[in-house]
Amino acid sequence: VTDTPDLDQHPIVSKLRAWEPEAIAEALFFRGETTLVVPRERLRRVAQYLASEPDLDFKLLVDITAVDRYPVEPRFELNYHMVSLSRRDRLRVRVRVAGRDPVVDSVTQVWPTANWHERENFDLFGLRFAGHPDLRRILMPEDWEGFPLRKDYPVEGPR
Amino acid sequence: MSTVETATGAAQTLVLNMGPQHPSTHGVLRVVLELDGETIVKAVPEIGYLHTGIEKNGEALTYSQAITITDRLDYLAPLSNNLGYCLAVEKLLGLEPPPRAKYIRVLLTELTRIQSHLVWLGTHALDLGAMSVFLYCFREREEILKIFEMVSGQRMMTSYFRIGGLALQPPPGYLERVERFVRMIPERIDEYESLLTKNSIWLGRTQGIGVLAAKDAIAMGVTGPMLRGSGVDYDVRKYFPYSGYDEFDFNVPTRTEGDCYARYLIRVAEMRESIKIVRQAMDKIPSEGPTRAEAPGIVPPQREKMKTEMESLIYHFKIFTEGFSPPPGEVYQAIESPRGELAFFIASDGSPKPYRMKVRAPSFVNLQSLQTLVKGRLLADVVTCIGTTDIILGEVDR
Repeated sequence: VTDTPDLDQHPIVSKLRAWEPEAIAEALFFRGETTLVVPRERLRRVAQYLASEPDLDFKLLVDITAVDRYPVEPRFELNYHMVSLSRRDRLRVRVRVAGRDPVVDSVTQVWPTANWHERENFDLFGLRFAGHPDLRRILMPEDWEGFPLRKDYPVEGPR
Repeated sequence: MSTVETATGAAQTLVLNMGPQHPSTHGVLRVVLELDGETIVKAVPEIGYLHTGIEKNGEALTYSQAITITDRLDYLAPLSNNLGYCLAVEKLLGLEPPPRAKYIRVLLTELTRIQSHLVWLGTHALDLGAMSVFLYCFREREEILKIFEMVSGQRMMTSYFRIGGLALQPPPGYLERVERFVRMIPERIDEYESLLTKNSIWLGRTQGIGVLAAKDAIAMGVTGPMLRGSGVDYDVRKYFPYSGYDEFDFNVPTRTEGDCYARYLIRVAEMRESIKIVRQAMDKIPSEGPTRAEAPGIVPPQREKMKTEMESLIYHFKIFTEGFSPPPGEVYQAIESPRGELAFFIASDGSPKPYRMKVRAPSFVNLQSLQTLVKGRLLADVVTCIGTTDIILGEVDR
């Protein structure tokens, strides 16, 4: 994972920086994939811009997934995978979330499909999404204790 | 999962629980329906009855071992899952399989697509009361399963694609078998179409039912035949080619109606396109050559070398005891499964086990649109809409 020097040459990066200089904290390039790390508090604004700006047009959100880096802090990484159908391009936007207060703004207003993805991350990682219309468990039973995909949760379940 | 919701608003509405044990929910899907007479006011799918923790399990297995659990996701398209996973790990490693393996993968994945669409067509017709189509579709599907068994030794949980190539050399005579199948299937598809395409009951049950506009489909993240039925030509094979799909000549069928009938026509047309790809793949597959990449320490050595060379024996031992360690980083690899964009997101921390293995399951996302499809429709249309969404609960619940 490298932060290349010609970062501002990247069209999406330069466009976002021109729009709001603080929008991107970091940009990572690995195996031909672009990851933009966005500050947590700016996520919804950046999401709105990425989806609505005609030159970017990331209208199709395909996936939201978390990675638990326990015991490193900030503990969680949330990855938003999106596709631009008109430009045939993919992008990953990443937000880092602290373990003590795992709250992120919901992007359901930008991409309605985020509804179930965010419920899944709430269910399995215990991340909370501010402004989500129906945040409840989706895969695990409603009375389940703990969040199975966290790294401090054993594979064989709690004993 | 939640408890049954109580009816809101007017006293006339009734809450009806459909599933999880209901034949037309194709597994264990539960839909909480709020009805006003026979009209759907609200439909809330409740999932998770088949949750088996596949992603958590993936973190406890080595990269090679995890292939076997990918079969269990979408059990009607095991080879598509194998392909998606193997491509993701190969991308992480920077590994390219030899051309022979690449084209055999394409050939078998397209047969998987035909097979999956056959099961879909059969069961969907059965849901709507056409018994005979089911029997015909399963008869032809059996031929594809026989090809899978011949090649991999398994009918369903094949695990035939491995990191860097294939598990085994395909046996002699497998291409003749595929040839027999592709010669037989086009007229069989004509037969199904003659039973359904202009059948007035079929038209009545599917036309104008469950309409999804292109804009809504994109907003709901819908992919695969459902999205193409709404007029968007997004197909991962064309937009982001993988495994050599850019060398193949095929069309992506689209319809603009966005109803259940359009989705039916798309899947039938896709079977015909898949036959075209299978034919081209048969010509492209070199008759000789390795089916595994040369990557000591990652891809198991040939059996002969293992018996004569010390180095190979060491690699063999290390691969099967410890596994191999890809560089740290994250990859997202998408493929076009019979149901839509199937993707594996793998985060590596440089250890022999995936730090995180996320499956982007197309059925999971497509099912979310059910609420939009059935709203204001009749109870009987719910069955049609679940059918044309083509969900596999193994993949939805993971």
